[in-house]
Amino acid sequence: MEQIAEIVISLLLVAAGIFGLVGSYGLLKLPDTMSRLHAPTKATTLGVGGVLIASMLYFWIFRDTLSWHELLITMFLLLTAPITANFIAKAHLHRFGNADDLPDTQTDHIWATFEDEAEELQPVMTRTTPKPAPPKADH
Amino acid sequence: MIHYALIFAFSCFGLGLLFNLYRIFVAPGVVDRVLALDTMVINIIALLVLYGISSHSGVYFEAALLFAMTGFVSTVAYCKFILRGDIIE
Repeated sequence: MEQIAEIVISLLLVAAGIFGLVGSYGLLKLPDTMSRLHAPTKATTLGVGGVLIASMLYFWIFRDTLSWHELLITMFLLLTAPITANFIAKAHLHRFGNADDLPDTQTDHIWATFEDEAEELQPVMTRTTPKPAPPKADH
Repeated sequence: MIHYALIFAFSCFGLGLLFNLYRIFVAPGVVDRVLALDTMVINIIALLVLYGISSHSGVYFEAALLFAMTGFVSTVAYCKFILRGDIIE
């Protein structure tokens, strides 16, 4: 039984290491920012998940303590990775994005980030355009 | 066997950290640097948990959890700063 557990934990650790390395290497290798966003947010998160499951199994089988911290960390990472990815993509679109490069949305609206009406709404994360100076009063 | 797997995983994530460091120094734009920093935090969490396994101690999970939270908050704050030029308006 312990032999099998050892094999499973080792396999999980090796797979996690490979995933983590692939994620970090993709950050260097992929051609542009939007595709570079894929590597760390998916592969590296999977790698960390593998490490955490391996750690949970290890402490459960060899130390007889079932700790829930790992599950907490995994859940937290899986919840936050998409949010950070979305935020970074949005920041990229605002700074360097070109609306013509994006695919069609297939609806009546353009991409929400570039919509001008959004400027007047209260949730404020829109592209900032400099306002024209108010006309000076004639004397 | 776990020992060797641990060494392999340690070296993988360490190499990943070096890649991220390179990306922080050599990047086409500030967004890539934020992304590299975020990946760095994730790699450090993995390294902390691996160190916890190799030293048979559960203390490092709290450290990893703290790292996860501060990493998330700092990435969001950084992106917000890029988006708006201000963090709390």
